Amino acid sequence: MSQSALTISGVDKFYGPIDRGVHAVQNLTMEIDKGEIVALLGSSGCGKTSTLRMIAGFEEVSRGSISVAGRKVHTLPPVKRNVAMAFEGYSLYPPLTVRENMAFALKAARLPKSQVDAKVASIAKLLEIEDILERYPSSISGGQQQRASLGRALIREADLHLLDEPMGQLEPQLRAVLRGRIKHFIKERGLTAILVTHDQTEANALADRIAVMEGGVLQQFDTPDMLKQRPANLFTGTFVGEPPMNVFEAYVGTAADKINLRLPDGLSLDYDKDAFSGSVRDELLKRQRVVIGVRPYAVRRSKDGVPATVSANQWLGDQTHIAADFAGGSLVLVEHDRTRLELGAPINISIDPKNLHVFDQASGMAISHGMELA
Amino acid sequence: MEHTSLLERILRGIALTLVVIFFMFPIVWILMMSFQTNETILRIPPQLVFKPTLANYTALITGKLTTAAGTLDIAFMRNLWNSVFLSVTSVAVALLLGVPAAYAFARHKFRGSEDIAFTLLSFRFAPALLVLLPLTLYFQKLGLANTYIGLIWVYQLICLPLILWIVRGYFEDIPADIEYAYRIAGHSWFATFRKIALPLAGPGIAAAGLLAFIFAWNNFIFALVLASADKQPVTVGALAFITSSGIQYGQISAAIVLSITPTLALALYAQRYLVEGLSLGAVKG
Repeated sequence: MSQSALTISGVDKFYGPIDRGVHAVQNLTMEIDKGEIVALLGSSGCGKTSTLRMIAGFEEVSRGSISVAGRKVHTLPPVKRNVAMAFEGYSLYPPLTVRENMAFALKAARLPKSQVDAKVASIAKLLEIEDILERYPSSISGGQQQRASLGRALIREADLHLLDEPMGQLEPQLRAVLRGRIKHFIKERGLTAILVTHDQTEANALADRIAVMEGGVLQQFDTPDMLKQRPANLFTGTFVGEPPMNVFEAYVGTAADKINLRLPDGLSLDYDKDAFSGSVRDELLKRQRVVIGVRPYAVRRSKDGVPATVSANQWLGDQTHIAADFAGGSLVLVEHDRTRLELGAPINISIDPKNLHVFDQASGMAISHGMELA
Repeated sequence: MEHTSLLERILRGIALTLVVIFFMFPIVWILMMSFQTNETILRIPPQLVFKPTLANYTALITGKLTTAAGTLDIAFMRNLWNSVFLSVTSVAVALLLGVPAAYAFARHKFRGSEDIAFTLLSFRFAPALLVLLPLTLYFQKLGLANTYIGLIWVYQLICLPLILWIVRGYFEDIPADIEYAYRIAGHSWFATFRKIALPLAGPGIAAAGLLAFIFAWNNFIFALVLASADKQPVTVGALAFITSSGIQYGQISAAIVLSITPTLALALYAQRYLVEGLSLGAVKG
């Protein structure tokens, strides 16, 4: 078991008076191991940046505690926490050149000049900003400022590196290249990094584990693969994955030796009882109403499937996204070949039970993923 | 500019000249008066050609005012020194108190912070005389009447709100994250204030300080009521030129020239900061 780099336990954040103000982060508990890269993923206002700023010490912790490398830090000023941070708004020091901005913390730590120069040079090469080192922040582009700000954080030796939307302003090609390099850099040095992002591609590419947040609540904290395969609830299920998971409300019924998932518009997905494992079947039959979810990649067209009508068909160059009117809602399926389907064309859909995610209708919590209970 | 016609350039030149004359005339006229005797000043019609005299300046500097009724002692140089001392000290005190306060108001929203800031601003609303009457009584009881400390204290009514409110805007314009970035890199709160916030708000602080200095320098009523002759600044001291034998226009002009020189010099020197500072604060980046 590796050492814990960050422990957040029972943290609440209120803006305004405790228990009466805006409850931005609710009872957050998570543990991050040394050498791990973790992404806080969520839409705007989900509490991810508040969490990051509490770790850094710019926001007070209303309740709970935060430990960095085994030290309780949530009451210490930022200067004593030994964390580095790249800010979303770059926040470079205007009177200093890019080089001075990056070397700043190292100089404050009284590192010899030769070492500082070497470090700046290597980080600048990594981030492709060697040619702007002598320029001032006001004279370089947003993307360059962002890289300089990222460099200023990565150059430091800290217990924790906090990166707030570190690549939001970069061009797509550069972003893809830098993701790989930065991940390599962090892993090579055994740094621990927490990255805040709303871009799940970035989270997937960089992070070992992703913490999905919504409404101030941690929804799920798991590896990218597990988030996809075993979403803990309806929110994670529909939030993670592109295009998003298709979801439908269904009534669970039985007829003969079949299990029917009855959808609106009189449609029904019928499965052999044996298609589910015993425990999953029991759970399903215990409930009347559930929400079923299926990834667009797992929807198949087959002659004996349930009818649907094509409402859109897009060829993206490497895959086809077909949208169809289905069971009173809309369903998206992805095929890898170019599919010629006219608008309004009838298709038949089938879903393999092992690709079926079932959620509780009331709580949204996952009941089963394919063959297994959640 | 190549496309402007000759006529347009001539008209532009005339317009500019008119504007310059309009604004510069009083200053030029006073400058000319300061080198004339009372007789030549009061000649009708006024004449542009005269024999310049330094008598006005010598009278001011030596402190002996010779009038038809005899020689009069005037404390003009003393007044000038009072003006310099009062204005500089007041602005210094106001900067010392106001800049950290402005920072606090800009960065920390605490209960009642807006109310306190507004109360400080409201010092500027009340008519000075209304404040002065009760203040005089208090000052006499406290032994602060006719002291430099008392005057500097009252001058804070002018300087402090001005500096507080102008500088606060500058601090608010600095993104808080720049300070956070500095603090997380291993610096204390105070080091951040000194090394990041102060330099970034520098032009604003300079502009506010200059403005406060000009306001303090031009103040008349506070010193008139609260100070006796030896503590009075030039604005009040100039009253001495209204003598029993008439108004000494020549000396008044010389006094004006001497008394506007420091502010004028300061304003010219700091003009760059003043314009840059005041306009930067108005436009949010």
